[in-house]
Amino acid sequence: MTDSLRKAGMSQTALLELFPGGDTFDAHTASDGFVEMLVDRSRLVDVLKTLRNHPDLACDLLLDICGVDHPERDQRFEVVYHLTSLDKGHRFRIKVPVAEDEPSVPSAYGIWKAADWFEREAWDMMGIRFDGHPNLRRILTHEAFQGHPLRKDYDPAQRWVLTESETMVPDWVTERPEDEDHFETQILNLGPSHPATHGTLRIVVRLDGEVITRAETEIGYLHRCFEKMSETHGWNEVIPYTDRLNYCSAMNNGVGYALGVESMLGVEAPPRAQVVRLILCEFSRLMDHAVCLGANLVDLGALTNFWYFFQPREEIYSLLEACAGGRLTVSYARIGGLAQDVPHDFSSRVRQLLRTIPKFIDDVDRLVTSNRIFRDRTEGVGVMSAAEAVAWGWTGPCLRASGVPFDLRRELPYLGYDQYEFDIPVATTGDCYARYLVRLEEMRQSLRIIEQAIERLPGGPVITDNHHVALPPKSKVYSEMESLIWHFKLIYDGIKVPPGAAYTATEGSNGELGFYIIADGSGHPYRLKVRPPCFAIFQAYSHMLEGHLVSDAIAILGSLNIIAGELDR
Amino acid sequence: MKTAATVNVEPSRPGLLSRLYVPAILGGMAVTMRHFLRNLLGQKDVATIQYPEERREYSDRTRGRHILTTRDDGSLRCVACYMCETNCPADCITIVAEEDPEATVEWEKRPLSFEIDLLRCVFCGYCVDACPKEALIMSRHHEMAFTTRDEAIVGIEDLKQKGPIENEDLGYRPYY
Repeated sequence: MTDSLRKAGMSQTALLELFPGGDTFDAHTASDGFVEMLVDRSRLVDVLKTLRNHPDLACDLLLDICGVDHPERDQRFEVVYHLTSLDKGHRFRIKVPVAEDEPSVPSAYGIWKAADWFEREAWDMMGIRFDGHPNLRRILTHEAFQGHPLRKDYDPAQRWVLTESETMVPDWVTERPEDEDHFETQILNLGPSHPATHGTLRIVVRLDGEVITRAETEIGYLHRCFEKMSETHGWNEVIPYTDRLNYCSAMNNGVGYALGVESMLGVEAPPRAQVVRLILCEFSRLMDHAVCLGANLVDLGALTNFWYFFQPREEIYSLLEACAGGRLTVSYARIGGLAQDVPHDFSSRVRQLLRTIPKFIDDVDRLVTSNRIFRDRTEGVGVMSAAEAVAWGWTGPCLRASGVPFDLRRELPYLGYDQYEFDIPVATTGDCYARYLVRLEEMRQSLRIIEQAIERLPGGPVITDNHHVALPPKSKVYSEMESLIWHFKLIYDGIKVPPGAAYTATEGSNGELGFYIIADGSGHPYRLKVRPPCFAIFQAYSHMLEGHLVSDAIAILGSLNIIAGELDR
Repeated sequence: MKTAATVNVEPSRPGLLSRLYVPAILGGMAVTMRHFLRNLLGQKDVATIQYPEERREYSDRTRGRHILTTRDDGSLRCVACYMCETNCPADCITIVAEEDPEATVEWEKRPLSFEIDLLRCVFCGYCVDACPKEALIMSRHHEMAFTTRDEAIVGIEDLKQKGPIENEDLGYRPYY
């Protein structure tokens, strides 16, 4: 990652002068390229406002808010904000220590709307209050949940019986604003088990006739506290958990996590592993878009496209299975490379796929793109302006469909993406149709990247020979004492990641997939925070619905591509 | 160093043909008809498989149900070192070790019990990666149904290889 201060074109002193009374806090460039600032909570709002509004800083995208627990410190908790500027490209990390007896900080909701759910999550998981937040309720766990699971003193093994039924009934449900023109007010519940939600999530809408006048979403049905599990398992054992984040493109999550840990270790995967990762990540992105578009079209009544898209998807899954041994949850990436080399017919199978897939994309293109029924149902529906999308923390294809050409494969290239020729499709209308067009074109661009990558697939090993990180080859474990000792040490003690913290972001299928990893030098992560792209996207959903019809709500939901595994973690 | 270009995929204003509705629909019909005819004339290009009569061919890396391999004399190769249990992300393996009366210089222990909870297992293959004795490998067998939760906890008798290893439907094993 590049040096953010240099990118911002200023020195540290110049940076601090931008803040009123800036000499009272510390700022430096962290090893992951972020400008890291330690701010007292009394100054937080000023600092965040300056970061957002100062023309030299212009941090318009709030990436993530999370809490970190350090029981041994005087100020036990730390609230961590990750920000970036789309225009300038620099990235900031703001840390705010808070004491246990009064764990509260002012809310950032007034500065970035994206803070809404991220603050609720930090409250739910870590018990940090955000003063001034309009709706600070639990988000991932049930209302009746006791305690805050990501605190270090919370025992994850405890069990109790939930005696209350599902309670989320928003206050406005009982309001019935009826007059002689509006007399058909009713409440409708979509989900959590509904064919159009594609995952367990619940939407409560208030209807006036068929028009939605108010909506609220409830998530957390698929919550398994993956972040807590990671704290008790070794670094490599987290990879199967990451498969279950965005399970439509499992490879991307594992690779994103592995890149994060590798950057902290200072280890790089061998060139062959990098290219294989890139090829499979692009195939996964293609599959993810295929599922999104296919399912979106099914919801709109166009079933055939689903089959046309699922056919290449099956073939890609077979390729993944031949490499990794699993179709959906591949668990193929390892810290330092890949679990094993690709099968000998990998190149020919990839080329075969490259020949067949475009036909299916073209078929859907011809069936749908100029179909007037489809256009009438999606054009002007679910419009998100560029400014609003950024304010909500959108990234990925949804943001690009609103006219912001932000793609991490170009902004912060990883896996050598800067060595490939590809285009970043954008559209400006920001409606469901634009999101469809962007995804369709991204599928073609993914194929273009794979085409170049397969031509330059180098030979050599697929995992590093640094046995502090990667298991030695089995043949040596069976025959050599030294390798056997490495093997034992790695399994029992785990990888020793040096103490420190890093935020690594990759371009997941839905947008910026970030892993904020804190290591304390032991064999497992001290804290692992995932920045799931569709969490930020979905928080805007209920606000987009007002004034739309119920059928439009389904069209919008499908076009956003909400994956519950990633949303609820 | 190449920089990706931003291309605009702005929706075009619907032309007369697509506004007329029928031509675009006919274009779409041509696509579905082509698929229909191809399928009708036997050039099957649908991905659907008539499971269970018809089955997909899986690779020899498929991660299915585990096998505990044996030595030539029929005893388990497992030396109860707890490596698989330690490396398991799902915490689904429970081993109880005992001293092996037939111990040699190569090993001292054997498992008194070796249980895998197949309902907890996520079939990631980490146990196979961890095993230093090639005592635990995976088969391609992935169709498992249980009527009770207890039935899903399988022990040595269920997991032990039956007959020569070549006769098992071998899946994920160490390759390097």
